[in-house]
Amino acid sequence: MILQIENLHAKVGDKEILRGVNLELPLGQVHAIMGPNGSGKSTLAQVLAGREEYTVSGQVLFDGKDLLSLSAEERAFMGLFLAFQYPVELPGVGNLYFLRTALNSVRKHRGLDELDAVDFLAYAQKRMDLVEMDRSLMSRSVNEGFSGGEKKRNEILQLAILEPKLAILDETDSGLDIDALRAVAKAVNALRSPDRTLLLITHYQRLLDYIVPDQVHVMTEGRIVRSGGKDLALELEQHGYLADAKDHTLPVGGTR
Amino acid sequence: MSLNPGTGLGQMVVPEPDGQPAWLQQIRRHSIQWVAQHGFPGRDDEDWKYTRLGPLLAIPFEPARASLPTSMSFSALDSLVGNFGGPRLVFVNGFFNPEWSSLTQIPENLLVMALQTRLHQEEESNGRHLFPPPNNAFTALNSALTEDGAYIEVPANLRVTTPIHLVFVADAGADAPPLLANPRSVVIAGANSHITLVESYIGLSPRLSLTNAVTEVVLEQGAQVEHYTVQNESEDAIHLGLVEVHQQQDSRFYAHVVSLGSSLARHEVRVALAGEGAETQLQGLYMPRGKQHHSHVTTIDHQSPGCTSRELYKGVLEGHSRAVFKGQVIVRQGADRTDASQTNKNLLLSEGAEIDTRPQLEILADDVKCTHGAAVGQLDEDAVFYLRSRGIPDKAARDMLTYAFVTEMLESLTLPALRTLLEHSVARQLSRDATSP
Repeated sequence: MILQIENLHAKVGDKEILRGVNLELPLGQVHAIMGPNGSGKSTLAQVLAGREEYTVSGQVLFDGKDLLSLSAEERAFMGLFLAFQYPVELPGVGNLYFLRTALNSVRKHRGLDELDAVDFLAYAQKRMDLVEMDRSLMSRSVNEGFSGGEKKRNEILQLAILEPKLAILDETDSGLDIDALRAVAKAVNALRSPDRTLLLITHYQRLLDYIVPDQVHVMTEGRIVRSGGKDLALELEQHGYLADAKDHTLPVGGTR
Repeated sequence: MSLNPGTGLGQMVVPEPDGQPAWLQQIRRHSIQWVAQHGFPGRDDEDWKYTRLGPLLAIPFEPARASLPTSMSFSALDSLVGNFGGPRLVFVNGFFNPEWSSLTQIPENLLVMALQTRLHQEEESNGRHLFPPPNNAFTALNSALTEDGAYIEVPANLRVTTPIHLVFVADAGADAPPLLANPRSVVIAGANSHITLVESYIGLSPRLSLTNAVTEVVLEQGAQVEHYTVQNESEDAIHLGLVEVHQQQDSRFYAHVVSLGSSLARHEVRVALAGEGAETQLQGLYMPRGKQHHSHVTTIDHQSPGCTSRELYKGVLEGHSRAVFKGQVIVRQGADRTDASQTNKNLLLSEGAEIDTRPQLEILADDVKCTHGAAVGQLDEDAVFYLRSRGIPDKAARDMLTYAFVTEMLESLTLPALRTLLEHSVARQLSRDATSP
């Protein structure tokens, strides 16, 4: 198991968002978490990545280590990656410089040599081709003025460059038209590997047509309420999330 | 002769201006009288309100004498202030130092010399170009006491490509009393001439010193002057600087100031847009930390129609530092088609840091385009988290975002050698541990 989550709770102030999540992800598999707005999917992603605004309890083992005691950067060193739903714009920080700094920081902590600018460019170019990234975006500030699709592509490029053991993709499909979705899915599929686990977080079954998961989990009200094979996504698409959680009132709106 | 008011600086005994041309002696006496009459600026003076002068005025400064630097060697100069390949004039405590200066490679007809030399050549005061009437006690003090500075006169139509570098070193000996240096420089850019000027202020000895510098720049019709000021004096130094600019028709003045050093520093730029179609651009970057205080005061006076002014100052404040930005834009009656914009942005990196930002527009003409904006903020924590989630440690992430905030100011430095030097200084300052008070 690359990730073992046991009874994970998370609160912001008095508001409890995660209410006892249990989940196990084996290495090399692709899992999807589906669920309505406000069910806690994005919070789970943020908590796993090390966001500090949450009060967290429970246990999470990542590659056998206690994840919750680590800082966000330490989690990245160990090989955890989050593709953001809303990638942040960083005016004044060059994209290529950012990617090289991140990779070298991670390599340093993994005991590898840092790459100089020339070696990095060769390393990055292969991965830029993989995600079909427009080269002109590399000399711009990180995500500044990027379209929705370009931002998501930039997230997948970072995934390709940092080579994590576990990548969480938070609504990578949102805001993408069908062509952009196909291109991003193609890149993600190319990054599947026996040494890497992917956790897809999505509202829609659509993404799972392109990136076929080994397992699908349903999250409502801060818990994983059902798990099954890839057909579960189809069933949810037809009957909705309520079919399995009739006795719960779904929160309206909620956090993203 | 004594300045009279107050104690400390006010009680300073000013030497009699003997052995100087009669016109200059007269200006010096008038200037001393001006200080005695008006006194030093106090809290009720708008332009000085937020600048803590109290401690400064209580210090018994003594006018500096000509000396050699004691705490640095000539070979260290390039790494400290850069080398731009052109003439370099070095002043130590306000006195021209010929041994450390290099006056070769000066194009024919271009006049570059020590002000002292020029003053003794001059039978009469050169109209308004030398020693215009003071507007505050420190300018008057400079007129009364200045011994030297640079005198640069560019003849009409001459385009000087290599920058002229003025280096001001504050360096009191180990046993010296607190020294006051009053460098004064004059730049006259003839019609359609081009010139680039870099003023570097450094200080290495940990002794208390006060540099009270005045630079006058006159741009005749169609002239273009690029003017850089780098203030990197020692942490015990006090720095007061005034750049007084007079622009005639269609002239262009581009100024950049970078303030890094001094315990208390105030940099003032006053621009008179006297001729139609003149253009001025003022940029500033200040980065006080610890208990440093940096004030930047600008006045742009649109006196003629069709003039343009652009102003952008950015500050990064750490520790318990304090900064002031006061930007005044005056549009006189009849100065129609004025196009003025002013922006001041500040990044506060600690809770103890404090900024006062005061835009001040005074518009007396009708057909005018004027914008101004001021912003004060902290680092975006979402951005910090984004970088950390990519494996960039917290401190490095914050430094990266801070550097991104100032990078715009560094990119606008069109002298490559100066930009490289300042990129290093800024990066070094940011990567220093920010745990100091």
